[in-house]
Amino acid sequence: MDLSAVAFYVFSILIIGSAAVMVFAKNIIHSAFALMFTLAGLALMYALLFAGFVAVTQLLVYVGGILVLILFGVMLTTRGYFEKVKTRTVNLLPSTIFVAIIGVLLIAVFTTTEWSTMPLEDGEVTMTGLGELLLTDFMLPFQVAGVLLLLAIIGAVLMASSARPPHQPPQAEQPDHPDEDPKNIS
Amino acid sequence: MVLPEWLAEPGLNHFLVVSAVLFSLGLLAVITRRNIIMVLMGIELILNSANLNFVAFSRYGLLSLEGHMIALFVIIIAAAEAAVALAIVLNIYNRFGTVDIEQISELKE
Repeated sequence: MDLSAVAFYVFSILIIGSAAVMVFAKNIIHSAFALMFTLAGLALMYALLFAGFVAVTQLLVYVGGILVLILFGVMLTTRGYFEKVKTRTVNLLPSTIFVAIIGVLLIAVFTTTEWSTMPLEDGEVTMTGLGELLLTDFMLPFQVAGVLLLLAIIGAVLMASSARPPHQPPQAEQPDHPDEDPKNIS
Repeated sequence: MVLPEWLAEPGLNHFLVVSAVLFSLGLLAVITRRNIIMVLMGIELILNSANLNFVAFSRYGLLSLEGHMIALFVIIIAAAEAAVALAIVLNIYNRFGTVDIEQISELKE
């Protein structure tokens, strides 16, 4: 049992354990921090699969960006103290059975299919190949992804900044196009 | 210590099994939790399990560097989705005063 096998099992226990903590934790802050360990463990798993650039991007975007965004979302949508943030869980037993069936089916399909695999070779540095692919074969998706990010940022800023101040009951009559009312833009 | 061979050498199937378990846990979070942000976290988990599949196939299967590229684009789209979804969640909270999915049922009635 060599080192990469040990690393694989340690990382998978980290990933699945903290994902389970994320799903079953009552406090949503605990869930967010468990999600951080899951994402970091996945980055380690990518590094184990010789996908260095994907691992670094995972750390930068997920752990550094999306997780902070989620924590901000939790912070902005709760009243009172963080320690008391409890969330409801419904239909735990039937959905657990349903999800277990789906998981077992997936694992059965994954393990019984004869995947066409290549003989394993040593990993090489992927940065050069990724850069060349990005500027040749994946040129159009690359540009479209840039435009998509721009649109998402503009849309998110517009949606978040035209909202009413919090803790106000919704007004009785809304204007037809609240976004075009300059008074609503704070 | 003698281990059976399928246990001692992690191959493609091992990564696929991890990803299947991750997908199931994400689905469970989406189904059972009633907080919108928990549902979003479940979606992130599902996207990550798909990513793990892509990277594993690009290491062991016939999908070479394209698997890495697809994983990168999935990460990009997840970032955009998280930003827009959080903005929607903030708007919902401002309008309804709650982020519980079952209480946001104005369109259903």
